[in-house]
Amino acid sequence: MKVLRFFLIIILFFTFSVLKADELDKRNNITKNLRCLVCQGQSIYDSDSEFANSLKILVDRKIDEGLTEAEIYEYFKNKYGEWILYDPKLNKNTYILWFMPLLIFLFGGAIIFKKLKKKHD
Amino acid sequence: MKNKILPFSVIIIFGIIFFIFYKGLEDSKIYTPDVNTKKEIPDFNIKEFFSGENVKSSNIFKLDKIYLLNIWSSWCVPCRQEHAFLMNLSLDNKVNIIGMNYKDNLSNAENFLKELGNPYKEIYIDLDGTIAIEWGAYGVPESFLIYNNEIIKKYIGPLNQQLIEEINLLIK
Repeated sequence: MKVLRFFLIIILFFTFSVLKADELDKRNNITKNLRCLVCQGQSIYDSDSEFANSLKILVDRKIDEGLTEAEIYEYFKNKYGEWILYDPKLNKNTYILWFMPLLIFLFGGAIIFKKLKKKHD
Repeated sequence: MKNKILPFSVIIIFGIIFFIFYKGLEDSKIYTPDVNTKKEIPDFNIKEFFSGENVKSSNIFKLDKIYLLNIWSSWCVPCRQEHAFLMNLSLDNKVNIIGMNYKDNLSNAENFLKELGNPYKEIYIDLDGTIAIEWGAYGVPESFLIYNNEIIKKYIGPLNQQLIEEINLLIK
């Protein structure tokens, strides 16, 4: 029994994390949406580069300071520009990106609708 | 008539898509960071290299003086090439070169300076790399030209003769 308790304490110590569970989720979410600027096609979450590791520490620190997700994105956007965010905001450079799928979807729907109507007639 | 609308609009849609993708081909896919933006320098606390004392950033950078903040590390090979140029630049005494030691082993860093010389007026240590992030840096080596608490220019990668000449021109 003593041994068991000892191991339990050891395990507890090794799994100890400064972040709470919901904060860990938040951290993972944020780091997945930040681009690792010195890597190719990797997020901060995926990467183990020096740059990414430092950024992860800073994200933890910002969460600890009580910043919201949006505020943290804003902070990094200020430092590195829009490119660091994976989720592009809607602006004049990205509106094609946002509306093209919708347009294609509507167009495809129209074709199907027409075909169905023809069959009915 | 009805039958003609469909193929016609399909051609138009494909035309638009083709045009967008074709335009996209011309765009450079290589990400080039903005190096010319005038930005305020960040606020931070940092440890001094030799004494280990905590220093506030506002006590490091004074108004009306030109600073070159150089992020370096003993494990970084391009920093070695760059070092000779920094030594040259420090001889003129026109610009205060501030070193920021990035994620380094301190005794290795000291040996690096013993071997290649110390061009820095002051050196500070950034052990976990977070202060470099505050500066918006990507890695080592990187240099920031600072005047009146503003970043005038940012140099990503090692400095060379051409860039040193550019710095000399800028600080005139």
